Amino acid sequence: MPRFPKPPEGSWTEHYPELGTQTVSYEDSISPEYYEREQAAIFKRAWLNVGRVEQLPRVGSYFTKDVKAAHAAILVVRTKGGVRAFHNICRHRGNKLAWSDDPKQDTAGFCRQFTCKYHGWRYDLDGALTFVQQDGEFFNLDKDKTGLAPVHCDVWAGFIFVNFAREPEQSLRDFLGPMVTNLEGYPFDRQTSRFGYSTTINANWKLYMDAFAEFYHAPVLHAKQSPEKYSSLAQQAGFEAPHYQIEGPHRLVSTSGVRFWEMDTELVKPMEILTRSGLFGPWDASDLGEMPPGVNPGKCDPWGLDSFQLFPNFVILIWSQGWYLTYHYWPTSYNTHVFEGNVYFLPARNVRERVAQEMAAVTFKEFGLQDANTLEATQMMLETRYVDRFHLNDQEILCRHLHVAVRDWVTAYEGSRA
Amino acid sequence: MSERLPAEFADLEAFAATWSLPTERQRYDQRLASTIADMEAFYDAVVPRAEEAMTYLEGLPFDALPDDAANLLHLLYSMIQVSFPVEVWHQPKVPDTGSSTLDTFIEPVP
Repeated sequence: MPRFPKPPEGSWTEHYPELGTQTVSYEDSISPEYYEREQAAIFKRAWLNVGRVEQLPRVGSYFTKDVKAAHAAILVVRTKGGVRAFHNICRHRGNKLAWSDDPKQDTAGFCRQFTCKYHGWRYDLDGALTFVQQDGEFFNLDKDKTGLAPVHCDVWAGFIFVNFAREPEQSLRDFLGPMVTNLEGYPFDRQTSRFGYSTTINANWKLYMDAFAEFYHAPVLHAKQSPEKYSSLAQQAGFEAPHYQIEGPHRLVSTSGVRFWEMDTELVKPMEILTRSGLFGPWDASDLGEMPPGVNPGKCDPWGLDSFQLFPNFVILIWSQGWYLTYHYWPTSYNTHVFEGNVYFLPARNVRERVAQEMAAVTFKEFGLQDANTLEATQMMLETRYVDRFHLNDQEILCRHLHVAVRDWVTAYEGSRA
Repeated sequence: MSERLPAEFADLEAFAATWSLPTERQRYDQRLASTIADMEAFYDAVVPRAEEAMTYLEGLPFDALPDDAANLLHLLYSMIQVSFPVEVWHQPKVPDTGSSTLDTFIEPVP
């Protein structure tokens, strides 16, 4: 008997018939050629989140972002008129415009104008070319037509998105759709206490998306993170989510909560009791005020978290305890990507709140390290290709959907050009 | 050498040089460089004093902690860091994590 009711079709997967229930292939994750198709069809066409507005506190604040999957490196800057993005390239002879020390590394800072390190061409924050060294030496140089090359850029709920298409086919808002935009009003802007983590993963970007798209693995892979009594109970129970939702290329899973603070002390680690915190966050929930309708849309009670997986490579995970995470998966080749995880809390007002945040953040890393290493093991074996069909259960519906969404975008793009 | 911690926590002074580290990267590296016996000794000494340490720190302005108090707070962060190897892993590294890394590039101060 399922613990939570399933849709009338009998399963979450069959509720979305376009997904099918057949075994799946991961050819899309082990093929250099398929990765090139994804770059053209997805990373150069979809809206991609590159950061938050808090990273640009005042006019002149900027950061750079290398987006290899779109063959791009951009400059994102706060101007008087809002946030803008440009290709980070000098119009003179193509030098990377903003970088410090190592041009392969991203950078951030504050400036009044951008000056090329090579020949000193200058651009204002809106990208206009304002100074050319010895401009009388040039032939037919029209400064007004030689500003920085803009990148489509828009902001939703403080998240900065860019789009590398010549003309995006959808506005950011239409692309996100109501399941995501209903999160408007959630206080992302107040949660500025940030722990950021990054690593290079030797696996296809979709395999790590898959890892965080299902919690079927949690009682097994993470068993040893908890006292034995808790983990054996968790393993016996298995995992079921009370709510799944798919809308366009985006997807959501909500989980039911675990009230660790009501549990027997044998089920909880001593450090969790001491810090009143753990994987699910500080035990004393932050009061974030009334939640917008997009949070916990399945009205799960108890409710633990919502994991919103935004196509293609961005996750917003909202915890009932009053904090949130983001994940980004930036492909660098068919079998490598850079993973970035960010943990956001309200600024701690005292030592106990800060200690609870430290515990939640350190626990996040312990789990993340376990998740990361299984991916390399999966990638290695998938690439042997001796076995090429795999089984997904109903709790893995979102893994199924990601690969279908990717296939649909690739097919639609290639179809439109045929 | 001058004392690193507030006088009330002189009993933890012996651990301060190793474990009063301001960044997660330093604390994580110290964990990987330590033996389980080292970390158990630190854990056993600091855990019984943690409640008093938090109470002591609560009496100070959180956004302007004096150096000795900040050192004490960093010692509590290290206590959290070593609790994983001590309470669950019984080895410095998370088992089965091979060459996995997850590097902190930003964290709140203090």
